[in-house]
Amino acid sequence: MNLRDYFCFLLVMTGVTYVLRAVPFVLMKKQLQSPFLKSFLAYIPYTVLAAMTVPSIFYATESRLSGILALVTTVIAACFGGGLVIAAIVSCCTVLCIDGFIPMLF
Amino acid sequence: MVYLKGLRDGLPIGIGYFAVSFSFGIAGSKFLSWIWVTLISATNITSAGQFAGLQIMNDAAGTLIEMAIATFFINLRYSLMAISLSQKVKPSFGTVKRLLLAMGITDEIYAVSMSRKGRIRPLYFLGLCTLPYIGWTGGTMTGAICGEILPAFVTNALGVALYGMFIAIFVPPMKEHRPTLIAVLMAVALSFAFKYAPVLNKVTFGFAIIICSVVASLIAAYFFPVKVEDDE
Repeated sequence: MNLRDYFCFLLVMTGVTYVLRAVPFVLMKKQLQSPFLKSFLAYIPYTVLAAMTVPSIFYATESRLSGILALVTTVIAACFGGGLVIAAIVSCCTVLCIDGFIPMLF
Repeated sequence: MVYLKGLRDGLPIGIGYFAVSFSFGIAGSKFLSWIWVTLISATNITSAGQFAGLQIMNDAAGTLIEMAIATFFINLRYSLMAISLSQKVKPSFGTVKRLLLAMGITDEIYAVSMSRKGRIRPLYFLGLCTLPYIGWTGGTMTGAICGEILPAFVTNALGVALYGMFIAIFVPPMKEHRPTLIAVLMAVALSFAFKYAPVLNKVTFGFAIIICSVVASLIAAYFFPVKVEDDE
């Protein structure tokens, strides 16, 4: 693609993303009083991440099986207290094992 | 010292980001030179948003309007996070600092900030953002330069690290707090519906994520209000 188009796309993408982050961050200086709204915002990060992960993770890899197994092994690792890095390694290794070695068996 | 504390808390995020953005770099290197792929990461610092943006850029029929709408919907959750984070920062977090540090509001940085006890200082937040920013930008650059050397199954495996990190964030609170467990399961159930149910599966990814999370969180907030600590 030519550089002029690239910079137009980049500008739109960066501008929209920045405004979405900065405007609410700057304008909301008072504390929210509503317990309902506070509870809502406390649940948001977990529900967003969960909805982004499942079922998308099933389709992120070469085979459906490796995606599903990556979810299972990583959830187990997280249940046993594995942090961000452990979870990243477990998910990667699961996919590498399934997609890397199973084709070699056939 | 506050900065160093943030730096340390940001290290695992930075390492995770390196692996994830590495695969973004590889994807981008298919049609952009490494410097332009890296510039996208250095200016955006979003995962899903950048991946979608890259697809639109690579699409001959992609338009600026489409880019604006897709970016808006996929990244709208950052607005919710920014509102929530604005409730959690110290009063010393003034307008200029907010304008500069707003760039650092990502899923993981936000989640780590919110999981800390007490209010967030600007220096802590700057420290927390530093390594993820370097990891995200550096990983993209490394991936873009490595380009097409690695086979697809390896790059796919590295890409799954993104989901691995998400799982590490939402699973622990599900164990400790039953209402969070219920909220997350509702969001996942809705997410399945938006993927497989007729009509609903026509809704774009970004918009589906917003509906799933907002509906699940509204229901959970209504039935299980949580006590959010409000002290120093």
